[in-house]
Amino acid sequence: MREFRYTITDPEGIHARPAGELVKVAKGFSCNIQLSKDGKSGDCKRILGLMSLAVKKDQEVVLTFDGEDEDAAYEAVSAFMQEQM
Amino acid sequence: MAKIRQAVVSLKGEPFACRTKKKGVTMQAYQGKSVFGGIAIGRISVYKKDEQQVKREKITDADAEMKRYEEAKEEAIRQLQGLYNKAVKEVGEANAAIFEIHQMMLDDGDYNESVDNIVRTQQVNAEYAVAVTGDNFSKMFAAMDDDYMRARSADIKDISERLIKVLSGDGAGGLNAGEPVIIVADDLAPSETVQMDKDMVLSFVTVHGSTNSHTAILARSMGIPALVGCSLPLDDSVDGKMGIVDGSGGKIYVEPDEDTLADMKLRQQQEQEKKELLQQLKGKDNVTLDGQKLMLYANIGNPKDLAGVLQNDAGGIGLFRSEFLYLESEDYPTEEEQFTAYKTVAETMAGKRVVIRTLDIGADKKCDYFHMEPEENPAMGCRAIRICLTRPEIFRTQLRALFRASAYGKIAIMYPMITSVSEVLRIREIVEEVKAELTENGIAYGEVEQGVMIETPAAVMVSEELAREVDFFSIGTNDLTQYTLAIDRQNTKLDEFYDSHHPAVLRMIQMVVDNAHKAGIWAGICGELGADTTLTKDFLAMGVDELSVSPGSILPVRKIVLETDVAAYKAEKKIC
Repeated sequence: MREFRYTITDPEGIHARPAGELVKVAKGFSCNIQLSKDGKSGDCKRILGLMSLAVKKDQEVVLTFDGEDEDAAYEAVSAFMQEQM
Repeated sequence: MAKIRQAVVSLKGEPFACRTKKKGVTMQAYQGKSVFGGIAIGRISVYKKDEQQVKREKITDADAEMKRYEEAKEEAIRQLQGLYNKAVKEVGEANAAIFEIHQMMLDDGDYNESVDNIVRTQQVNAEYAVAVTGDNFSKMFAAMDDDYMRARSADIKDISERLIKVLSGDGAGGLNAGEPVIIVADDLAPSETVQMDKDMVLSFVTVHGSTNSHTAILARSMGIPALVGCSLPLDDSVDGKMGIVDGSGGKIYVEPDEDTLADMKLRQQQEQEKKELLQQLKGKDNVTLDGQKLMLYANIGNPKDLAGVLQNDAGGIGLFRSEFLYLESEDYPTEEEQFTAYKTVAETMAGKRVVIRTLDIGADKKCDYFHMEPEENPAMGCRAIRICLTRPEIFRTQLRALFRASAYGKIAIMYPMITSVSEVLRIREIVEEVKAELTENGIAYGEVEQGVMIETPAAVMVSEELAREVDFFSIGTNDLTQYTLAIDRQNTKLDEFYDSHHPAVLRMIQMVVDNAHKAGIWAGICGELGADTTLTKDFLAMGVDELSVSPGSILPVRKIVLETDVAAYKAEKKIC
């Protein structure tokens, strides 16, 4: 299992559009990818759950990758987050 | 039912008692907030959301029911893809993105598991399972302590209704009118407006919705009159009746009397003629009969004004006032906020020049959080570039945002209230530091032209020296006139002394243009005088390279340019 910590810099936080983009990236992998904030977590392949976490700017989130292609997923998702969020 | 509701800023429509009995017709008029001007005359169609009654029905074959659900879901996603494609063309990609999000919501694992679970455990029909699921999710979002997320509950309702419609075999909904109509509605969701046949819509009038709502954006891009915040009854007293929407006056008349109808028909005809004449001018180059070219740009104060810029065929933006970022904010706007706004404008203008003026706060434009000391004479006080040079941290944030945005289009920066060369040199020092910082952080930026506003008599007098330090001049005639004539432009009692065509100002413009050309740079006018069509020929004769005017003034100015023979005009006026 791999873990990635990240503090959101997008002024709007994880709103609908970036959540949608993240889902698209995550769906490219078979491993389980969870995003958690303050003990609540959401599946990165499910947009409603992600949005319902209402992650805002300057909040830290933890992503966990668990499964066969977790390394590749880690690379892709962390690069995406750093660039877009 | 689906409402992406934004703050309703409205002059809540009192049906001001305008009941004029005439030949048995009772005219009613309602006031709303104008989104786009123009006159629409036609039958009113009240758009009602189909309130769907979903029945709970027992089923026996859950697998078959889920298969039916899967098919309906695919169909709904296909419909949304169609709406997305349509919306991209009509309102642009950013505004269309909502339909892509809706598709993903329909495909969401939690949503689908909930439907599956209800169908299987309760042995009920898919319509009912969708209704319950949609209700649960929209309640969850509605309960969140975040305005943005709360508004998303409407999206869930919207997609759930679409699914139910497909499941129960209802059509896509929308507009069934045999003739073009005035659409009156409580509010309209993006999915509702986008699937209307645009040839059948004369105007939009909504009880709710803001001037920034999707309906408003659509009305502007279609160029049809529209009102929001207009509280008229959505019943038979309006539905199917004749109506007139006066977009600029913000009014809708229901069953207009003969006088009003005649009056509005005349106005509509006049506007139509004017519009047609101007439309013929669209796409034409701004070249005089004898081949002199002019750059005709638009002044804007907000990215919202971009639709007008594109509609009126501006060659670029000659003045983007950045103040709105500061004035509409409770605190200093962040670099990101500014960057987003500048980037939007640069991208929308797609490679055309966008001249952004750095903050021009002070004088009559005040922000509390700047904590400026009260001044005896604010017009001559700490304002514009003077704030930037005394509080460079504010200036740096803006410059960083501007340079970052320059990677996305052709951005030019313009500094206001310049009086001396030394100010320009101080600005350059800060600019160089900002650029070095960006380079160091590996952040991209483009080639940025930098120019100054010429709006003080001092700048005019040293324009020869200034021209060697900058890439362009833009003459701000409003301030230049007030400082030259020493007349407060906001004091209406002095109107008799205020001559906007004062020879002193016109000679200054000539001097600035000449000095610009001597140094090989361009000079334009971005003040109100630029749009004064009685002076267009004179500006051409002076050799002015650019005029930046409000979007609506572009085509009228172009008309004059196309009709002018500069050489003949000079001979006539004995200008050499």
